[in-house]
Amino acid sequence: MAALVLDDDQRLLKEAALSFCRENAPLSVLRRLRDTRDPLGYDPDLWRQMVELGWTGMTVPEAYGGFDFGYRGLGIVLEASGRSLLNSPLISTVLLSATALDFGGSEAQKQEFLPAIVNGEMIMALAVDEAPHHAPANVKLTAEPGNDGFVLNGSKVMVLDGQIADKLIVSARTSGSGSEQSGISLFLVNAGSVGVSVRQTGMVDSRNAATITLNNVKVSGDDLLGPCDQGLPLLERILDTGCIGLAAEMLGSMQEVFERILDYLRQREQFGVPIGAFQALQHRAAAMYCDIELCKSVVLAALDALDNDSEQVPRLASLAKAKCSEVFFTVSNEGIQMHGGIGMTDEFDIGFFLKRARVVQTLFGDQIFHRDRYARLQGF
Amino acid sequence: MSNLEQFRVSARTWLEENCPPSMRTPMITDEIVWGGRNASFSNPDSRLWLERMGRKGWTCPTWPKEYGGGGLSLQESAVLAEELRRINARPALSSFGISMLGPVLLEYGTHEQKLEHIPSIVRGEIRWCQGYSEPGAGSDLASLQTRAILDGDDYVINGSKVWTSYANVSDWIFCLVRTDSEVPKHAGISFILFDMQSSGVSTRPIQLISGASPFCETFFDNVRVPAGNLVGRLNDGWTIAKRLLQHERTMISSFGLAGGNIDRGANNMTLVQAARHYRGDGSRISDPVLRDQIAQFTLDAEAFELTSKRSLAESKQSEGPNATSSMLKYYGCELNKRRYELMLSAMGNRALGWEGDSFDPGELAITREWLRSKANSIEGGTAEVQLNVIAKRVLGLPDLLTLVRN
Ligand SMILES: Cc1cc2nc3c(=O)[nH]c(=O)nc-3n(C[C@H](O)[C@H](O)[C@H](O)COP(=O)(O)OP(=O)(O)OC[C@H]3O[C@@H](n4cnc5c(N)ncnc54)[C@H](O)[C@@H]3O)c2cc1C
Repeated sequence: MAALVLDDDQRLLKEAALSFCRENAPLSVLRRLRDTRDPLGYDPDLWRQMVELGWTGMTVPEAYGGFDFGYRGLGIVLEASGRSLLNSPLISTVLLSATALDFGGSEAQKQEFLPAIVNGEMIMALAVDEAPHHAPANVKLTAEPGNDGFVLNGSKVMVLDGQIADKLIVSARTSGSGSEQSGISLFLVNAGSVGVSVRQTGMVDSRNAATITLNNVKVSGDDLLGPCDQGLPLLERILDTGCIGLAAEMLGSMQEVFERILDYLRQREQFGVPIGAFQALQHRAAAMYCDIELCKSVVLAALDALDNDSEQVPRLASLAKAKCSEVFFTVSNEGIQMHGGIGMTDEFDIGFFLKRARVVQTLFGDQIFHRDRYARLQGF
Repeated sequence: MSNLEQFRVSARTWLEENCPPSMRTPMITDEIVWGGRNASFSNPDSRLWLERMGRKGWTCPTWPKEYGGGGLSLQESAVLAEELRRINARPALSSFGISMLGPVLLEYGTHEQKLEHIPSIVRGEIRWCQGYSEPGAGSDLASLQTRAILDGDDYVINGSKVWTSYANVSDWIFCLVRTDSEVPKHAGISFILFDMQSSGVSTRPIQLISGASPFCETFFDNVRVPAGNLVGRLNDGWTIAKRLLQHERTMISSFGLAGGNIDRGANNMTLVQAARHYRGDGSRISDPVLRDQIAQFTLDAEAFELTSKRSLAESKQSEGPNATSSMLKYYGCELNKRRYELMLSAMGNRALGWEGDSFDPGELAITREWLRSKANSIEGGTAEVQLNVIAKRVLGLPDLLTLVRN
């Protein structure tokens, strides 16, 4: 059985990550980036500090300059950053792209890009979805063979950190059509290549995302990441990792909201008593507590599955994404309701969590998508 | 080979030799072994299995050898559980002695009390019942009125209990009694053990909505109990009572676990199998709404199972179950009720029979089990009471009644 409790190293990392996010990267960072309509959408100075803390090398093998601390470690960091809704390239570059390279990259690609990710020189983004709903096999963007390479045409939406990425990992159709499983390949595309246009999408949660259009973009055969035509399993592995990482981030966010709720329940008085003495609110808080405990367990189990390269990864990824999305949704809504009028004000932070909950839930498949997938993986 | 692996090998060999083949099939409600002076075994293999496991102490694997337990470490006991699961072994013994009384007796009892009671619990020789609830004391258990007054070397007990599960077939009772009525209600309660054959004890069975009659009204009319049967300190019974409830809640929460035989419905079908059979073509569930609801249920059940394991791992680091037992109790019971509601949705009118041969026995059993499951969020403390405990003990929210009274 996987260990469902943290060991000493992991506990130390957790404390360090929490204190960094509390002191250096609180929620006010997101507010500032939003209010100033920051064109980067993240704080490069903070990112540099995160690189120095070693967070970019958390899951990267030592042979490529990383620390091989595993997904447990990255999950701990993501959980901490979820508490302050920190915008950083951690998800796009480390969780998604480093994983993509580690699993699907050629030796040359690994050597070229993994060390660059670890020391913070490279930001990468994953471009998958093309429609309002997540559907990894539904790829219309085409890659047609050209002189010693491919020519890419099409567009992608909801590309996390798309507007700051140096390089993009793009899913493309090399054969077949519609949502055929076969015929999908992944490519490494320079964001600066001729024909690439990147438009920042102003998201409700103020996280960085972009729409990317590729117009006759030429790539070489060496830019293929993983197998030609049979890239879907690799893509699914990347997405599973993404879902598990996002679940860890949501776990941090929901705990933060819950603690803020509890503080308010103890402190706000009406009818001469703290509102937390009212049983209607107590029972809802207690039910949320149970749900959050469930989320902790599924996130730990899913991160462990990644570290053990278990065949249970797909199922646990859908479990974690579905459960955490559902609970974060509930808790963030209760966050508004239990704060009353002040919860509705922009000046107060709680609304940021509600906004993030909806966006992160939609990213890489919402509960409906993942319940269906979970059922299929369970054989029904 | 590590010691643990050696243990696994020897446990596996022993089980191979000692677990009768019929004990490796899914449990049938009729054949659950409760033990006791008047134990009946509808399958003779059950008796054999109980005797063998009891002699080895493996009905209570982690309890001290000194008192007849298995003396295993937590790791060894986990290995044993895995090996039992591997061969689908049925539990050799189910009893309130194991799940409730034993753990608190080991924690609070005297050496003599342990010597007297623990070995017979391990071997299933004495069947225990729980005398907590009274007509006027349910959720507000501490307001109980059954009185024990010292008279020479005995306590004389008068009063009545209600909802006492299996009181009519039990040998002994662990009972909460009021030993001081001058002090605040929690401070005047004691925890006492006595033989149900003592003169002055009588029981009257009550029928449940499921038609079964597993619980009773229990009356005490001048029952004399030796003073030495009081566990812990006089008037300090509430501490023990609460501790026991944590064990009880952890036990009841396991109803929500998907594993083992409990997941089996009509004719041993799982929920998914039942949905495919009764609301599909045998291999697919035809109704997408039901399929989605079952997916949500299965997902929650897996999350719950992981949480039970995590809670166990964490409680090993501290000691025994804690306030999370309320969380597990609350969630596990709601889950089990959902399971049966979905089973009924899957089975349609095949799950609505009461008796006769228009339905097969497995289908009739589901109807009854569905009704029985409604008790899960009442017995061992209601769902609302668990939420109160979490709100106050875990989340530290204030108690309105206390605030208003002050
Ligand atoms: C199948 C079964 C087996 C049982 N076996 C045993 C046994 O072996 N031994 C034993 O001692 N007892 C046993 N019980 C009794 C059980 O513990 C009690 O029924 C339970 O504690 C509730 O008490 P009550 O029935 O008096 O309900 P009440 O306490 O009257 O509750 C009625 C309703 O009011 C709600 N309520 C009460 N107080 C509050 C509050 N403060 N806040 C919010 N809501 C509240 C309850 O949640 C419930 O919904 C058994 C019960 C069942 C159903």
